[in-house]
Amino acid sequence: FQDQAEQFFKSGHTNNWAVLVCTSRFWFNYRHVANTLSVYRSVKRLGIPDSHIVLMLADDMACNPRNPKPATVFSHKNMELNVYGDDVEVDYRSYEVTVENFLRVLTGRIPPSTPRSKRLLSDDRSNILIYMTGHGGNGFLKFQDSEEITNVELADAFEQMWQKRRYNELLFIIDTCQGASMYERFYSPNIMALASSQVGEDSLSHQPDLGIGVHLMDRYTFYVLEFLEEIHPASQTNMNDLFQVCPKSLCVSTPGHRTDLFRRDPQNVLITDFFGSVRKVEITRETISLDRDIAGFE
Amino acid sequence: ASSPEADAALHPLQDSSLGSLTMYVVPETSPLLPQGINAYVGKHRSALVRAAGTLPTLRSRLQQLTQVMSFTASSITAALSDRVPDGQPGPDARRNLKSSLGYEITFSLLNPDPKSHDVNWDIEEAVTRYVQPVLDKLSLVANFSVDSQILYYAVLGVTPRYDKESSSFLLSTHSLPHVINPVEARLGSSAASLYPVLNFLLYVPERSHSPLYIQDKDGAPVSTNAFHSPRWGGIVVYNVEAPAAPQASLPLHVDVDMARVMEVFLAQLRLLFGLSREELPPEFLLESPGNEGLADWELDRLLWAHTVENIATVSTTLTSLAQLLDKIGNIVIKDDVASEVYRAVASAQSAMDKLATGHLHPAFQASKEAATSSERAFFDPSLLHL
Repeated sequence: FQDQAEQFFKSGHTNNWAVLVCTSRFWFNYRHVANTLSVYRSVKRLGIPDSHIVLMLADDMACNPRNPKPATVFSHKNMELNVYGDDVEVDYRSYEVTVENFLRVLTGRIPPSTPRSKRLLSDDRSNILIYMTGHGGNGFLKFQDSEEITNVELADAFEQMWQKRRYNELLFIIDTCQGASMYERFYSPNIMALASSQVGEDSLSHQPDLGIGVHLMDRYTFYVLEFLEEIHPASQTNMNDLFQVCPKSLCVSTPGHRTDLFRRDPQNVLITDFFGSVRKVEITRETISLDRDIAGFE
Repeated sequence: ASSPEADAALHPLQDSSLGSLTMYVVPETSPLLPQGINAYVGKHRSALVRAAGTLPTLRSRLQQLTQVMSFTASSITAALSDRVPDGQPGPDARRNLKSSLGYEITFSLLNPDPKSHDVNWDIEEAVTRYVQPVLDKLSLVANFSVDSQILYYAVLGVTPRYDKESSSFLLSTHSLPHVINPVEARLGSSAASLYPVLNFLLYVPERSHSPLYIQDKDGAPVSTNAFHSPRWGGIVVYNVEAPAAPQASLPLHVDVDMARVMEVFLAQLRLLFGLSREELPPEFLLESPGNEGLADWELDRLLWAHTVENIATVSTTLTSLAQLLDKIGNIVIKDDVASEVYRAVASAQSAMDKLATGHLHPAFQASKEAATSSERAFFDPSLLHL
C-alpha cells in the first residue's frame, strides 16, 4: 500500500526543463539580471543541466563599462556571491530576447536552422519551470523597453503547449510589478503560478549596493533564493512552503499564487519536482546473451 | 527433433511478412515441446502450440500467444497513454520511448579515477560487432546514430556506503535517482540533431570505492550491477578485479569485457523501447534471438505500437491545430501548411486502412509520413499567434 500511496502523489514526470527570462536591459536594471542568474544557479545546483535550461538574458551587465567589477554579477551586497561565474550558458542574449523568440521557444514554432541549445525540447512527461522578471504592468510585461507581451498572449502560448502536450506540469513564477496580472488569464490544465505582487502593487527591490551603485536584487526573488538555498536534491519540502515565502512584512508587496488549474494538491508537490531533476530509475533485471565470436578477436 | 529445429525447418514455408503470425498446433502428448511448456515461440514469426484437452482451452492459449506476439489492449493503451485521461493506466504507462524518426545513442565511459585505472574499451569494435546488428534489425523502426566518449573525473552524485560483511561498497535503490544528474551536465549532446538521445554509461568506480554494487530492495547485489531510467538510458557499474599482487603499480591496465557490458546495454535498450521478456507466462518458451537482439515478432510489437501512436499523434495534432484556430483569431494558414495538413490526413487514413487489413509495414510507413506532415504543419514558424 505504501508504494501505491507514493505512486498517487508522484507527479509522473521523467524530465525537467527551465525557461528563465530576464526581460530588461540597461545598467539600472542590474537586479533583474541578478534575479534570473540566481534562479539559474539554484536550478543547476539542484540538478537541471544546461542542456535543459533555456536562459534568456540581455547579458549586458557583466561587461558593462559601468560595472566596477567586470565579469561579475552579484546577488548579495558586500559582493558575496558572483552569480555570473565562468560556466553560465546564455541561450538568447542581447537583442535576441524578444517576445517573438520567447513565444517561439514555448510553442516550438522555431525555424529549422535553430540549434538544439536554443530549443525547448520538452515532451508530455516534462515538468517545466518558467521564471520571468523585469518591468511589468497590469496585464503586460515589457521586453527590453521596446515591446510588450500581454497576459492573453502568454496564456495562449501555454494553451498551445498543452495542446501539443509539451509539458506534464508547469510552474510559472514572475517577479515584476503587478505580477499576479500575468497569470490571471491562464486557462490550460496543470499550471501553478506564483507572483511577487498583486494587481495595483509594485514589487520592490532589495538592497542597493553602494560599491556597485545599483540595487542588486528584487525582494521576492531574494527571499525565494534564501528559501531555495535550504533545498537539496532529496528535500521533501513542498509548494505550500514556497507560497509562504516573502510575506508582506518582508516584501512590502503581497505575493500571490494560483493553483486552481493544477491537478495535484500543492502540499504533495515537491519543490524538487520543478527546481531539480530527480529521475525515475529501474533496476535492470534482464540481459541478452550475445554470441562472442572468437574468430579474429584477441 | 527439438522445438528450435522444428521451427527452423518450418520457417521457409511461412509467409513472414511484417505483422503476420503462423502457429502450428502439435498433439498434446507430443515430445516436440518440453514438459510443462505449452508453447514455443520462435525468433521469427511462428510458434508451436501444444493442443489442449478442450477447444476453448486451446483457443484461449492461441489468443494469449497471439497477443504476446503482436499487441494487447494494455500495449496499445500504453502507446496512446498521453491521450488517455489522467489516472487511468497511471504514470508508469508513459515510460517507453516515444515514437520518433530517429534516435541518437551515446556510449560514455566514466573514469573517475584515471590515476588508479587506465581503462581501455574497444568501443568501435563492440559497436560494429554487437550493437550494429541490433540497430540494423531496428532500422525499420527508426534511424539510429551512434557515438561514444570518455569522461574523466566524472563522479557519481552519491557516496556509496561501505558494507563490512561483504567488504564492498553499496549503492541503495533510493540513492539511484540522484546519480544521474551530476553526470548529465557533462554528457553533452549533438548540436545538429534533434532526435531523442539515449545515454549508456559505463562507470568504473574509483579504487577507493571498489568493488561497488547496486543493492536491490532486499539487500542483495543486483546481478547485472546496472539500472536504467525511462526515456533516458542506462548505467552499468563495472568493477575492476583487485590486482593479484597488492603492490601492483598504478595505474592498473583495464581491458573492459565489452561483450559482457553490451549484453546489459542492449538489454536496457530493449527495455527502453518496452520490449521485456519478463512478464511472459512461464509455460511459454521463447527462443533467444541471439545477436540480432530481438525476435521478428518483437519488431512487430514495436511497429504495431508505434503505428498506433503515430496515427493518434496526427489526430490530436490536427485537432489541436483546428481548435487553436478557433480560440486564437490571428493565426493564418499559408498554402504550404495547408498542403501538409492534407497530406497528413490522407496518409493517416491510408495508415488506418492498412492497419485494418493487417498490412503492418505499409501501415507503419504511412503513419510515419502522416506524423511528419502533421508535425511540420503544427510547428510551422509562420503560425505564431502574434
